[in-house]
Amino acid sequence: MPKLKVDGIEVEVPQGATVLQACEAAGKEIPRFCYHERLSIAGNCRMCLVEVKPGPPKPQASCALPAADNQEVFTTTPMVKNAREGIMEFLLINHPLDCPICDQGGECDLQDQSVAYGRGQSRYAENKRAVTEKYMGPIVKTIMTRCIQCTRCIRFAEEVAGVEEIGAIYRGENMQITSYLEEAVTSELSGNVVDLCPVGALTSKPYQYEARPWELRRTLTIDVMDAVGTNIRLDSRGRQVLRCVPRINEDVNEEWASDKTRHAIDGLVRRRLDKPYVRVNGKLLPATWDEAFAAIAAVDHGGSVAAVAGDLVDCETMYAAKALVRSLGSSLLEGRQTGMAYDTSSLAAVNFNTTIAGTEEADAILLVGTNLRWEAPLVNTRVRKAIKRGAKVFAVGPETELTYKVEWLGHDLSVLGDLPDTVAKIFADAGKPMVIVGGAALKDGHGAALKLVETLNLVRNGWNGFNVVHMAAARMGGLMLGYAAKGGIADLTHAKLTFFLGADEVDYSRFGGFKVYVGHHGDAGAAHADVVLPGASYAEKSGTWVNLEGRVQRGERAVFPPGDAREDWSIFRALSDVMGARLPFDSLAGLREEMYGEVPALRHEGLVSFGWSVPAIDGSASGTIGGYPIKDFYLTNAICRASPTMQRCSAELVHGETFAEAAE
Amino acid sequence: MADAVHIPDEAETRARWGAFAWSEENQRKANEILARYPKGREQSASIPFLDLAQRQVGAETHTQGWLPVPVIEFVARAIGVPYMRVYEVATFYTMFNLAPVGRYHVQVCGTTPCMLQGSDDVLAACRNRGLVKGGTTPDGLFTLTEVECLGTCANAPMVQINDDNYEDLDYDRTIAVLEALAKGAHPEAGSTIGRRASCPEGGPTSLKAMVDANHDYRPEWENAHAG
Ligand code: SF4
Ligand code: FES
Ligand code: FES
Repeated sequence: MPKLKVDGIEVEVPQGATVLQACEAAGKEIPRFCYHERLSIAGNCRMCLVEVKPGPPKPQASCALPAADNQEVFTTTPMVKNAREGIMEFLLINHPLDCPICDQGGECDLQDQSVAYGRGQSRYAENKRAVTEKYMGPIVKTIMTRCIQCTRCIRFAEEVAGVEEIGAIYRGENMQITSYLEEAVTSELSGNVVDLCPVGALTSKPYQYEARPWELRRTLTIDVMDAVGTNIRLDSRGRQVLRCVPRINEDVNEEWASDKTRHAIDGLVRRRLDKPYVRVNGKLLPATWDEAFAAIAAVDHGGSVAAVAGDLVDCETMYAAKALVRSLGSSLLEGRQTGMAYDTSSLAAVNFNTTIAGTEEADAILLVGTNLRWEAPLVNTRVRKAIKRGAKVFAVGPETELTYKVEWLGHDLSVLGDLPDTVAKIFADAGKPMVIVGGAALKDGHGAALKLVETLNLVRNGWNGFNVVHMAAARMGGLMLGYAAKGGIADLTHAKLTFFLGADEVDYSRFGGFKVYVGHHGDAGAAHADVVLPGASYAEKSGTWVNLEGRVQRGERAVFPPGDAREDWSIFRALSDVMGARLPFDSLAGLREEMYGEVPALRHEGLVSFGWSVPAIDGSASGTIGGYPIKDFYLTNAICRASPTMQRCSAELVHGETFAEAAE
Repeated sequence: MADAVHIPDEAETRARWGAFAWSEENQRKANEILARYPKGREQSASIPFLDLAQRQVGAETHTQGWLPVPVIEFVARAIGVPYMRVYEVATFYTMFNLAPVGRYHVQVCGTTPCMLQGSDDVLAACRNRGLVKGGTTPDGLFTLTEVECLGTCANAPMVQINDDNYEDLDYDRTIAVLEALAKGAHPEAGSTIGRRASCPEGGPTSLKAMVDANHDYRPEWENAHAG
């Protein structure tokens, strides 16, 4: 623990910390471009120069200098001021200074730092160098003349995304950052380089020329594209969400977000359900709320009522629907749209118990039927981190590219009961073994995987290595609220009246009764319904979501739902009146109180403790894993399917179509 | 980049070079090279492999050789490294040609020492012999590139042709070298005025007592200091 002085302030930093970190600990701001907490140290921009005693009589790059005992660091001396001004001047020599037409304007490190540390004047009168644009795919737009060659994007692609497709070619004055042969970067995390790029060289293609940062209203909420629960900020102007960027949450997404999280938002203003519809003579016709409610109230359900939750809904919506179903005299609830019926008697047995952050510590990992890269990209990045620390990864299932080295054990589930000796040995020696079960294995392999808890000793003091990775943002919340029938969807199909809460993945043909679709897009579901009630998307309501590790998180409303659409809970509240089964709340706060009363764990944000118990399920394993549930990462729900950006990503990155770049 | 090389159309190079593989002899050399590095450090073989590949392309096309993209990819696969990483190396080093060159790649140094010693004459000789900067002569014999210091400044001006340096050039001697090459001869590499390595022209100018036998300079040195 070196002790050193920064501008006379004494600080103690952990062993291995850099001088830059020591300066931060002392509350000093050190300008930087290439240094990034989450990437390896490059030390090539020289913006972080400080004066260090003892040492050579010249400024030193603080980001690459280890902090040592008795060092004295100065960040305000004339030498430092001069050095910063010099570096700024150098960096700006070849920078185009086209801020007025640059999307980064207003949130650009180069702008900010040149105002704070620059000279305000350049002595350079020669021609600037120019670099041609590089194609990087549908998400990242490049204006390479602006690049200051900090190499953050290269390091991100290599270290975090695990897709070594960005690099620096040529040398010296001619050095250029590009994707390999200017092909689209095939990473589902490529959008992060836009945030990382300290200048406007890499900007967001779908967001180009949309807005200036100071025009935007920022709302903090939770992403619903997968079950990770990425913490996001939605930037909106007027009634439209224009941008989605990640917030830092070390426990969940660190500071990353997948491309789907970032860019599905343009689907929020397309193909929306914005008025109620009622089926008349076999055709869905626009109706008023009253007409729609009346049509539902007219159904003679005789207490046979069910609710099917879609993948994106919040706990409040599910609770409101559950309360209505209950007050109509039923308890038929299900959220596992595709018909899965795994045992939910112990929620710990279907939870990601190691936690997302805990994954980094694992030293032996077995993936069972999961394409983690698509099912939970930001858990996949944690597995990469674990590998960096020395973890070994094995997998059961069809081989797929996960961005790291995996030893594939075939796709026959029976291998779970009979692991090869070498694998068993590695797990026996592991201090923190981990099993991750994906959707493809839950049906036939849940019991066998649970049996590994015992044989591989997965649950030990302070460590629970049994994990299930869900793909639906609504899943854990739904299970906590009881959206799980013993036999799955099959138990509900006989209901005379069924509410579908944004459920687009169910097989509607199995349902015989009266169908009510409540949701915002309904691309696959609404057409099958008898009544369609327009609801709010995740951006248009305040809600509670529980992520795959059982973390309760709350998001705020960013914009209002379009047209006649309403927040879902208020739809059920209003409908309950018409159906003569009035629900006992008339505000979101009231609903939440009721909900907390029933499921107290939802009251507090943070990890829910499910305890640990293993349900009694048959542990024999048989059957093979034919494929993974997600066939197309970019089109997993109704919002993405309505999003032109996601459609383009799907066509280009999944289906390999090529798009000629229109000349700009 | 002022004289950016012209990289041939991708489909064309893929068709021609997509099936590139080591020749039997080079396979042997490749194994030898790989064996020099510890396991897990195969990436260290990037440069020697690229060089070997360029030479093989050269042999196959009867030129100095170049690195078509599929060949770079072949090298990357051979050492288990992402394409981008090897591509970066290939573009970084000027010794790797990213576009086809002629039988002889004439690299004239134009940096200050060579320039002061007459590299302009060397370039003029090349030009008059029909060589064009950045291009290959129609007979496919010569490609001319002007490069920065090649570390032979003591024997300036100089030109590097494939693996050999020709030094102490002037206009006529440059023409002579080029003519000889064109005829298929192999002029002797090194100084064109018979200098040995970079020994001083016209015999030693210092430490003369050392020329024939070992000489102990220490007493003189001490005296000098005492004085
Ligand atoms: S494109 Fe941006 S992130 Fe990448 S090296 Fe250039 S400035 Fe850095
Ligand atoms: S931040 Fe230290 S050199 Fe770039
Ligand atoms: S300047 Fe020509 S070789 Fe050094």
